[in-house]
Order: sequence, then structure tokens, then C-alpha cells
Amino acid sequence: MTALHQPAATPDLLYSETEEDLRSAVRSLLADRADAPTVLARAESDTPYDPRLWQALAAGIGAAGLLVPEKLGGQGASHREAAVVLEEIGRSVAPTPYLTSAVVATATLLALGTEDGPAAELLTGLASGRRVAALAVPFATPPAGATGATVAAADGVLDGTVTAVADAATADVLLVPTPQGLYAVEAAADTVTVDPLVPLDLTRPLATVILSGATGTPLATGEAAADAVRRGLLAGAGLLASEQLGLAEWCLTETVRYTRERHQFNRPVGSFQSLKHRMAQLWLEVVSARAAARNAADALATGSPDVPLAVAVAQAYCSKVAVRAAEECVQLHGGIGMTWEHPAHLYLKRAKADSIAYGTAGSHRAAVAELAELPAP
Amino acid sequence: MTASIDAAEVRRRTGELLAAHPPATTDRTDFLKARFDAGLAWVHYPAGLGGLDAPRSLQPVIDAELAAAGAPDNDPRRIGIGLGMAAPTVLGFGTDEQKQRFLRPLWVGEEVWCQLFSEPGAGSDLAALGTRAVRDGEDWVVDGQKVWTSSAHVARWAILIARTDPDLPKHRGISYFICDMTDPGVEVRPLRQITGEAEFNEVFLTGVRIPDSRRLGPVGEGWKVARTTLMNERVSIGGARIPREGGMIGPVSRTWRERPELRTHDLHQRLLTLWVEAEVARLTGERLRQQLVAGHPGPEGSGMKLAFARLNQEISGLEVELLGDGGLLYGDWTMRRPELVDFTGRDAGYRYLRSKGNSIEGGTSEVLLNIVAERVLGLPVEPRNDKDVAWKDLSR
Repeated sequence: MTALHQPAATPDLLYSETEEDLRSAVRSLLADRADAPTVLARAESDTPYDPRLWQALAAGIGAAGLLVPEKLGGQGASHREAAVVLEEIGRSVAPTPYLTSAVVATATLLALGTEDGPAAELLTGLASGRRVAALAVPFATPPAGATGATVAAADGVLDGTVTAVADAATADVLLVPTPQGLYAVEAAADTVTVDPLVPLDLTRPLATVILSGATGTPLATGEAAADAVRRGLLAGAGLLASEQLGLAEWCLTETVRYTRERHQFNRPVGSFQSLKHRMAQLWLEVVSARAAARNAADALATGSPDVPLAVAVAQAYCSKVAVRAAEECVQLHGGIGMTWEHPAHLYLKRAKADSIAYGTAGSHRAAVAELAELPAP
Repeated sequence: MTASIDAAEVRRRTGELLAAHPPATTDRTDFLKARFDAGLAWVHYPAGLGGLDAPRSLQPVIDAELAAAGAPDNDPRRIGIGLGMAAPTVLGFGTDEQKQRFLRPLWVGEEVWCQLFSEPGAGSDLAALGTRAVRDGEDWVVDGQKVWTSSAHVARWAILIARTDPDLPKHRGISYFICDMTDPGVEVRPLRQITGEAEFNEVFLTGVRIPDSRRLGPVGEGWKVARTTLMNERVSIGGARIPREGGMIGPVSRTWRERPELRTHDLHQRLLTLWVEAEVARLTGERLRQQLVAGHPGPEGSGMKLAFARLNQEISGLEVELLGDGGLLYGDWTMRRPELVDFTGRDAGYRYLRSKGNSIEGGTSEVLLNIVAERVLGLPVEPRNDKDVAWKDLSR
């Protein structure tokens, strides 16, 4: 590890007062509108998102525009604040297109760096929450991996199919990478088909997007387009760690609460040492995940050269913690953890899907190998 | 707390100290004494005892100013037990005379301290200890055996817990003393360890006379005093900032880069996983440090020792394997008695063996997990049957 790879500045890993205020607002909104029975009922309905919840979160609290500069109608805040919103979304597994629209699509458009034109206009719409966008790449795409090779563009006319696109079903606009450049496509056009898939994670819909001669508005070409997509995905992967943190924290808290109350063998089951040790170990992992997730959010917010490594470290670590927390939650709830009524399964499904989203832990470790100069044999 | 002491004020006082005692021309010990007397040693301590009654979060400000000026430090590694355990206990429970006598030479490093707690029959179950202290006039006469005592061979003083009433339940019949390691009847024997070194000692106490004026806290309240000591032992982490690859992951990463012929796919995956975990542990420590500086210490401290113990063991284990034929060798089995604990020095084999102690010393990982479960998560305690039985009636 050369000096080049030491972080340039010490990251701020704490939460500011503003961030805590934002957290309280989001948490109380989600407690009102996205409690577990509501989330489950919504997931089983034909409309995966509650438009009133989205409006309250996006416009009421102003969460959708956190990353967008004020002159484009946003809040001019940063990834640090967006990360706090995602912690709360993870804690409630609320079905909202926040990660895909307000983070990934928004960060992609912001990376284009234009102050007017179609990208700026789109950003203004996204910042207000009136419009929702999705980046049309498979949800499993790691930051370095989007090729756009399955869609061909000729004179602004797009043909091709993209599989497993997260939140395509609710998007008004699709941002479509192609080898010829990045295009914006209206999702409601006759030439666009969005075929819903049956997702493992009931709270985040996936769809196949089929473009049949769809008209695309060109946003960027060449390296600028590829770089914007990469930066959108980096922001997504980096902030997904905060969603995973919130999810893991809920699972731990709920498991501790349950095992304190549940009696077997004339004792609370939480008094058995083997269970206590498992929960204590999980607590340590959650505490560590918080440091990793905050580090990624802070690096993204400050535009640090450490972003790729901070994001890779956070994803390589937090994915595993979220999955383990959800698995422990199911196991330590015993039979109740296996039921449809108890929300544990919603968390397990979100955690497992999140562990593939924007690159698996393994693909992020491969990124670490390159960035930290620890090459494969 | 003195409201008027803020960062600007401690900077001003630090500047005054440096002006009056230029580090370049001042003897190391003299400088440290002057620093103590200026209240800049541990700023949260009372005035006159090395501090200014100021917020603890101002200490890093002072340390940074002094480091920038090239001032000597008090070699905290050498006097870690005194700083981390003896000092807060003396401050919390000592008489004015005891505080005046002990704190300054302790902080300056003129007097090294060790800790006479663990016994062959009382490790994790520390309150089961059997070393006896019997009152005889103005003295206590102590007989027993202690073990795992780091620094006993260089220590001038020891904090000691001993049983003063075997008829009471085990937590209630203990008293806490300051033991003079140069007194007749104190015998320190090296205890050779798994690494071949004798970093720890056995200490035999035979008819050692300790004046009652060196008791800390009331008779029979020693357990309460000891809990303060132990809590401080576990909080002492978090002061220093570690660079990326600063711990055990550093040497193994360097070997990986420099010796491509050793690389295998299996080792690569394990190395990357551990590299990520080491980086996350570093960040967790950094977050804890930032919480302390902000005046909101989190409970993470109790977990950091667990994390580092496991990581050190896994990383050093991987390193021995990575070295292949080299991993079959060991630097040197010569018995020696080091003054400092050194986890990362020497070679991979030493690191592997020494790190086995990381999950035992200062509270085993099993006990620490219980503490996290009960005190941080609020899980119920396990039923126990030793709390109300006289110590002498417990099975041993």
C-alpha cells in the first residue's frame, strides 16, 4: 500500500444535527405510512408503491432532491443526508423508488455536469419527486460493469432488452445506456414495454424493459456517458450500504426485544449464553457496518479520491452483515420467524436481494484487490 | 468542569509551557514534570493533579500541539497499566495523600505499575480470588499467588485485590490495596509463554505487610473499586488514530505484494476478506475516537477488543500459511523478559502465537460478549448460584 492509497483526509463518521433531524422526520413518516402490515399489503398489490408515501417523502420532506443543487430545484445537500434517508428506508423495508431514482438516476444525471438542457430539466423533475427515473441496467450491475451492450441506438432510436431493472415499473423516465451513449426514454411510450418479473424481494419490483424503436433523448456520448453511469452506480452501491445498515439494525433490535420476552425452559430465551453471544457478535458487526457505511457516504459527499475503495469496502462488508442479521432474526424468532405474518421474511428477502444489487461482495472484493494493489495469483 | 477552559485556552497554556520549557533544551523528565504541573497531562483530571478540570475532549488538542513542537511524550506503552488502570482508580477512590503521592510519578513514567488481580484459580471469575489479607495492627498481612502479571519485573507499585473476609459472599469480602513491589515477601517469577518469552510473571506474596494507609476505598468494598479499574482497562482503547493497513494486515499485505510466488486463489480470497474487515475495524475505531472527542462516548469500545482479537488471530494465521516453507520456521525460541508488550513485532510465527492471548487477556472474548449482551443490548443475565454463598463455602 503506497502513500497514494492512504485516505487524503479523515472522514467525518458521525451524524450531524441536521442529519438527525432529517432522520426523525423520515422515521416518523415511515412509522405512520409504512408499518409492516402496510408494507406487506402493498407488496402483494398491483401497485408496489404508495404514491402518497412517495409524495410525502419526496416533496413533503424534500428527500428526493437532497443530491440536487438548489438552482435545479433540489436541497443542495449531500450523500451523507441521502444515506440517512436510506438507513430509515432499510429499517422499515419501505417500498419506495428512493435508491433507484433519487440516488442512482439522480447521481448519473448530476455526473453529466450540465446546467441546462434535458439532463438539467430531468433533474428538476426528479428533485421535486413529481417524476421518477430508473437507470435501465440489470440491478446486479457493479459500478464498473454497465456495458449497455443489449440496447442498440441508431439516430436516437433504441432497440433492445434489459433484464431485471429495479423500479422500472414505477419510473416515468428510463435512463438507457447504450454503446452509442446515454439516452432518456419516456417509459409510457408505445415503443417501450415494461414486463414485471416476480422478485425475490417483494418490496423492490423488478421488470424486463423492452425497447422497440423507442425514441431516446441523447444525454451524453462516449466516455462522458460511461463515466456518468459508473458514478451513478458507485453512488448507488455506496449508499446501499446505509440501507443495509438500517435493515440490520432493525433485525438486531427486534431480535433482542423478542428474545427478552419469549420464555422457554422457564427463562427468557435471551438469557441463554449461546443466544446472547450471537446477538452480541451481531451488534459488533452492525456497529462496524455503521462505520463502513458512513465512510462511503462521507467519501461520496466530499468527492474524495477514496470513493471507489470506500464504496467497495462498504459493500464487501455491509452486504454480509445485513444478510446475517436477517438470517439470525428468522432463526432466533423460531417458528414465528418462518411465518408470512411476521415481517422478518420481508427483511430477509430485501437483505438477500441487496447483497446482489450493484455488485456482490465478491465483485467488490475484486475491486478492493485492484485498488489496494493486492493482485490475484 | 471549568466553563472558561476551551480549546483556545488550552492552546494558550500549551504555548506557555513550551515557551518556559523548550523541548529541545529541556531534560525529558523535567519537561514531563512541568507539563504535569501545568495541568496538561490529563486535562480532565483535577487542578493540581495533572489536569484542569476541563473536558476530556480537549486532550487531543494539547497532544497535537505538543507533538507538533517535538515535545517528548510519557511513553504511554511502557506505563499503560498505570495510566489506564491504576490512575483512574487512585483518582476515584484514593485519599488526598494517595493522589498527591502516586499520580505525578505515575504519569511522568518515573514509577511503573502492575496489576495483581488474576490468580491461578480466579481468571474470568475474578471475584473468586483467594489471596488473603489479614489485619495486624496498622498493617495488613498478605499471603497468596497472582498470575499473568505483565510488567511485574519492572514495576515499582501494584494495584492488588485480596480477600479480607472469607465468611462473606465472594464479591463482598474483598479489599483493594496499593502494594509496594520492593517489599520483602514479594517474589516475581517469570512465566514462560507459548511464544517462548516471559512477558508475564507469577507473583508470590508471602507475609507481605501493607500499611492500612495504602488501602484504596473502604474495607470490603474492593470489588466496587476493582470494577472501576476494569472498566477503565476496556475504555483505554480509541485514543490513537491508526493508518490504513496499520495493524497486523500491514505485514501480510506487504508480503503479498512483494512475493508473487506465494499467491494462491484460496489465500487471495481470505486475504481480501480480512483486508476489508481490518479496514472496517480501523474505521470503527476512528468513529469511536470521533465520538469521544465530541463528548459522546459510544458503547463501541467494549466491542473493539473483540474485533481486534479475532482479526489478529485470523490475519496472523493466514500469514503463517502464506509463507509456506517459511511458515514452518520460527525466529527465536530464546527465553527473554521484554519490558513492553509487542503484538506486531518479530515474525509471523510470533504474531500467530502471541495473538492467541488477545482473546484471553483483559477479559476473555466470551466474557466480553456477555458484557455486550447484558449492558449494551440489555439481555437478561443467566441465573447464577454463587452470589449469596459465603466465599469459603463455594466449590473450588
